[in-house]
This record gives sequence, structure tokens and C-alpha cells, in this order.
Amino acid sequence: MLQTDQYTVNIGPQHPSTHGGLHVEALMDGEFVVDAIVHLGYVHRSVEKIAESRTYPQFVPYTSRLDYLASHLPTIGYCQAVEKLMGIEVPERAEYLRVIMAEFSRIASHLLFIGSMAIDLGATTGLIYCFRDRERIMDMFEMTSGQRLVASYGRIGGVSEDVPENFYPAARSFLQDLPKMIDEYNGLITGNEILQCRIKGVGTLSAEDAIAYGVTGPNLRACGIDYDLRKADPYGIYDRFEFDVPLGSQGDSWDRYIVRLEEIQQSARIIEQALDAMPEGEVRAKVPRVLKPEAGKEVYYRIESSKGELGYYIVADGGEKPYRVHVRAPSFVNLMVLPIISRGGKLQDIIANIATLDPVLGESDR
Amino acid sequence: MGGFDLDTMLQELQEQMGEKLKVDADDFFTFLKPEPNELPQLMQTLRARYGFNHLANLCSVDYGEEFELVYHLYSIPDNRKIAVKTRVRRSLAELPSIMQIYPTADWQEREVYDLMGIKFKGHTNLVRVLLPDDFAGHPLRKDFKIVG
Repeated sequence: MLQTDQYTVNIGPQHPSTHGGLHVEALMDGEFVVDAIVHLGYVHRSVEKIAESRTYPQFVPYTSRLDYLASHLPTIGYCQAVEKLMGIEVPERAEYLRVIMAEFSRIASHLLFIGSMAIDLGATTGLIYCFRDRERIMDMFEMTSGQRLVASYGRIGGVSEDVPENFYPAARSFLQDLPKMIDEYNGLITGNEILQCRIKGVGTLSAEDAIAYGVTGPNLRACGIDYDLRKADPYGIYDRFEFDVPLGSQGDSWDRYIVRLEEIQQSARIIEQALDAMPEGEVRAKVPRVLKPEAGKEVYYRIESSKGELGYYIVADGGEKPYRVHVRAPSFVNLMVLPIISRGGKLQDIIANIATLDPVLGESDR
Repeated sequence: MGGFDLDTMLQELQEQMGEKLKVDADDFFTFLKPEPNELPQLMQTLRARYGFNHLANLCSVDYGEEFELVYHLYSIPDNRKIAVKTRVRRSLAELPSIMQIYPTADWQEREVYDLMGIKFKGHTNLVRVLLPDDFAGHPLRKDFKIVG
């Protein structure tokens, strides 16, 4: 009988497949993973502490830097949380603009997910195609806010400004070209046998574990659980749109990929309806220059971000700065299942699992 | 689950726990406020009997003499929500862990320990999660000095 020893393989924090500073310590027995220990904090900036020394509006740009791959979503979530705390009504047009930007962010985030997953698994061309298309969304963000990545477009009471005229043709032509793009991804990535071998049946997460560990977003829906906050607990004006919630059945990496691919198309449906129905008018409510929510008031407000349930818990003390802000980051909670789905697999499966859990470290480390 | 309303639940819980549970509400949430040592029992009941299977958020607030722990719970099939709050003295800063009941509390309790220095009895791996292991202090405490 050959005697074997367990050994450790460090993945990250400088490894490109770790999406910006994730360190996984893989305990190996031969080729198989015995355990995977996740070390976080390489991108920790203590935004929750920073929030306590900023006024409510001053904290808005920081939220964009949480999930910088879909920067409109955390900003909109924070603004809506403060609005709920203070009972501020947002003009109709701003609500529609928020939905449009939020869904474009979701598409951009999912496109980056597909591209980075492809390159993590060795398919460089997949990355190039997805980045080519994501670029068009970045251009639209630049048109509207002057920023490509961290837009800080949301404001408490609405959005920073109306979209320019050339935004509409850009948005419409993107939506028109989307089916062609999806066809390309299907031909290049989805139908690729090597990719299928790498992610089918890999990193399977049971529905029970997913709920117990608080997994949300596409990762939860890949397990077949119909829980999308835009439908289950509608916020903003999401109850006005028709869209489906794509579900998986196995909860493996393949399902997590397919669910996101389908979500792109559903987001496009929402944007189309929003562009058609958007009324003219103001994009920002008249809010006081200095915001002072009542002392002792608090709110937990959650939105469906591209990664899952993004929540803000805000406590006010009557001053112009929040007493406490806590960010419930979906990436942080979702990463908790990485050891569970990686155990018993091979080292290469950890890479696939990180890619398909789709964490963004700016958000999980805060 | 289904067939129960929130009032019935509150009544049943108060009968069961008596003085040890206070109930409060604001515009958004109903708050259950147990004593810290009753927390695991209450969480177990909420999860097993009333179907609150999704612990969405777990965090803490520094109120000077006391720390407040806040748990936001939802039930995924029927979308009910409830919040649980409990307070521990600053000098003690310790309460029972609920990671055996809600596994998702694992890292979230570690984060509270890391950033606010509250210990969780019964947590199997209570080490820092975001800050380096040799970091001194707990930055989210109000008395933490920011050097700038």
C-alpha cells in the first residue's frame, strides 16, 4: 500500500481566476479536494465605518464601489433604502431610469460572468466576445453619467440627470442585437464540449444547503428555488413588468451558467418595456439639502442585485450622518458554500466553482 | 407552512416564553426581543415551527453601554418577515451562537466578532474574517480611534 500525505495548494490572492483578491487554501489528497478554506479581506476598505463619518448623500459614491461590475445596483439599493427611511417619493421617470440602468448593470455583470468563466476554464475567445458586447453597455453608462465602471448615477430622490438623446438609439440597438449575441455565445461557449465537461455535474449545491447557507440570486435559482426579490418582494416599480424567473434543477455549475444566460434575456425584456412606458418629467424629487432622518428610525431594505440579495441596514440618530450602515453583501454570503461544493472534487473544479458562484470581492470584503 | 398569521405566532411565542420575550414594531418590521440566552431556542422555534428558513441579515450596532444584535428573517415560500433583536452588555460582549440553527450565521457572526468584538458561544471557528489575524481592536466600535 502506497502511503500518501495531504498537502496544501494556495489559490490566489494574486491568481487571475480569483476575481480580484480571493485566497483559497485547498487541502488536497492526491488530486482530490479534502477541504477548501476561504480567506477574505484583501479588498477590505471598511465602508461601513466610512459611512458613519459621511452624510447620507456623501455615501452614495462609495456604494458604487461595492459591486463595481454592476455599479448601478448597489447605488440604487442604497438610495431606495434612505428614501424608505425618510418617506421620499421618487418621480416616475426616475423610477423607470433606475430600472433601465439596473437591468443594464445586471446584463453587464452577467456578460462579464460568462466571459470570465470562459477564460478561467481556458476559453480565451469567450472573454473577448463578451467584453466586446459589454463595452456597448459601458458606453451607455458613460453617456449618462460620465463614468463607465463606477457610475454613481443614483441620487437620494431620483437619479443625477436625465439621459441624453443618443442614449435611446444605443439602448435600442443593443437590445436588437442581443439575440444575435446570445446565439454567438451558444455556439462558442454553451455548445462547447470541453466547457460542458468542465462544469456539468461540478460543484453541485443542494436546495436545502443553499437556503440554510443563505445563498441568494442566480446561485439559489440554479437549485430550482423560485426566489427573485423583483417578484417575491417587489420594490420600486418592478411589479409593472412582465418577465420570467429562469430556474435550474441540479444546482451545479452548468445550471448557474444557464440561469445567468437566460437572465440576460429577461433583463432585456424588462428594459424594452421600461423604454416603451417611460413617461416624460422630472428625474429628481425635491429633497432637502441636508437630510436628517428621525432619531431611532431604522430600515432593512433589500434588492435583487446581479449577485443576489443586497441589503442595507441603516440606523438613524437624528443627525445628518447615519449612526450605523450595514451592507448585507450577497457575494460574501454566497462564498460560504465554496468549501461545501468543492469537497470531493478536483483542484480544477475549485476554479470552475469560484467562477460560477460569481463573487465580486469589492462587495464581499466591503 | 402557510396557515398561521403573525398575531397568532406572537401570542404563542409570548405564552411560551413569558417575561423573557418582548415584542415591538415599527413601520417596516415586527421585532422580537428575547434575552440573549433565549436566542437559540427562539430561533429554533422560528425556523422549525414557523418556517422562517432564510436568515437574510445578521449584524450588530454599538449603543455605548450595550451592543444590539439584529437578525432579519424571511420565509422563502410565503415571504413573511420578522426581525429579532437582543442586547448584550458592553463589558460582557458575549451571546450564544446560532450557527447550528442557521449555518449562514457562520461567517456573519465571524464578521460581527471581527469588526465589533462580540463573541459567540458555541461558534466552532470564531476567527477574524475580513481583517488580518494580528489586527488590534474592532473598528466598528464607536470608541475605535480612526488615525488619519
